[in-house]
Amino acid sequence: MREFFVPRRIVMLVLGLALVVWCVVALRWDWLANPKYQALILTGIWNTLWLLVVTMVVGMALAIPLGFAQAVGPWYLAAPARIFCGIIRGTPLLLQLWLLYYGIGSLFPSVPWIRDSALWPILRQAWPYAVVALSLSVAGYEGEVMRGAFKGVPHGQLEAAKAMGMPRFTIFRRIWLPQALHRVLPTLGGETVLQMKATPLVATITVVDIYAVSSRVRQDTFIVYEPLLLLAVVYMVIAGLIVLLFHWLERRVPTRSA
Amino acid sequence: MQILGAIQASTLPLLALSPPGWGATLLLGLWNSVQIAFGAFALGLTIGIFGAYGKLYGSPVVKDLLAIYTTIVRAVPELVLILILYFAVTDAVNQVLLSFGHDRIQISGIAAGIAVLGVVQGAYSTEVLRGAILAVPAGQIEAARAMGMPAVLLARRITLPLMMSFAIPGLANLWLVATKDTALLAVVGFAELTQATRQAASTTKAFFTFFAAAGVLYLLLSIVSTLIFSRIEAWARKGQRRMGG
Repeated sequence: MREFFVPRRIVMLVLGLALVVWCVVALRWDWLANPKYQALILTGIWNTLWLLVVTMVVGMALAIPLGFAQAVGPWYLAAPARIFCGIIRGTPLLLQLWLLYYGIGSLFPSVPWIRDSALWPILRQAWPYAVVALSLSVAGYEGEVMRGAFKGVPHGQLEAAKAMGMPRFTIFRRIWLPQALHRVLPTLGGETVLQMKATPLVATITVVDIYAVSSRVRQDTFIVYEPLLLLAVVYMVIAGLIVLLFHWLERRVPTRSA
Repeated sequence: MQILGAIQASTLPLLALSPPGWGATLLLGLWNSVQIAFGAFALGLTIGIFGAYGKLYGSPVVKDLLAIYTTIVRAVPELVLILILYFAVTDAVNQVLLSFGHDRIQISGIAAGIAVLGVVQGAYSTEVLRGAILAVPAGQIEAARAMGMPAVLLARRITLPLMMSFAIPGLANLWLVATKDTALLAVVGFAELTQATRQAASTTKAFFTFFAAAGVLYLLLSIVSTLIFSRIEAWARKGQRRMGG
């Protein structure tokens, strides 16, 4: 800790604090006192967070079979998985989102049995498309990561399990998958931050996340920089929390280091 | 899906190059995207080279400032940075122009896009190049120093050529990110591929056809880039021992 607080850092901290104080004093924050915007901001943060968590979980659940198929699957499973990952990684997420929402979403109303189905009230909203697009994006990127992780598990471990007479599925569940997940844990933290940085795209299809709230404030009040600054701070705090969470997770998993 | 296919098959002529087809608009958008991506990548690379040297050999204050730059850029969504930088840059330029007695100007979309994405790319390039410079065997740099090579010559003749093979995979990734990040500029209203596609789609109501076509264009771009980068990597690795098999 003492190494951190050398004189130049103290000067920089003071300058940084001065900047923060200047931002608070000189810029306009009166809109923050408006209860309407306070409620909106909380909703926005909540929507951003659940989108992030849900799409990460669903995406990882899809990424595991995708990665496994690519790593050791037969060609008729490996090839489609590889093509899927290639398409997801080769096109912008914004385009995928708009393809789903405007493209496929606009075709649904012309199909009678979809419009009559019980799911229609849900399909008319924007968030299912956001969840699907973001989850598929995680699946595509993490499928590639999981491929490497499955391949990286030492062969001796699998052979030992086989020699102990473990059934194939138990080997996967008890040996292969846990060790592969352990390997991706350090990259997963970074990927979660990247996923968080992808969530504001959903604002373009009318999902009210924190980014949409900031745009709304900008349009209502013509205040440009302050909502954007708040937005940047919110995202930095979430990114910091994600990094801390994964540090904590990594420390909980024992690693043998030589 | 068959029904969906049948509905959209009739819209395929809309992709024709000459009006009433929108193919030319899409290709123009693609060209704009490639220009912005290329400019942003080049600007990012320039920032990255200085950033990497600053992080490795700079004074403590420079190191701290660069750490703040890379941390902030990598923690805040590109979309938010684009908006902040876009407003801030246009504001700043106009303030300067007004103070010199000129009129306000509208900054060209391509220039603003390149500047904004370049700053974002610069942060990632800094990290990629820093890692690559660190991977250059220290003996090579020490030997050059012992021969009395000046710093710039050392960078040009020894460090930069040797680090190329380590940096190329990371830079290839960054180029792909740059091509995809150009899509974000659609939100600010630049006429790049995604924005052009949206215009075409909302005019003709053939959303699925146009977004799928744009997806194919992006995919082609990324496939071609991957091929080119693997050629470049093979070139950068010439004279190196084959690893593995």
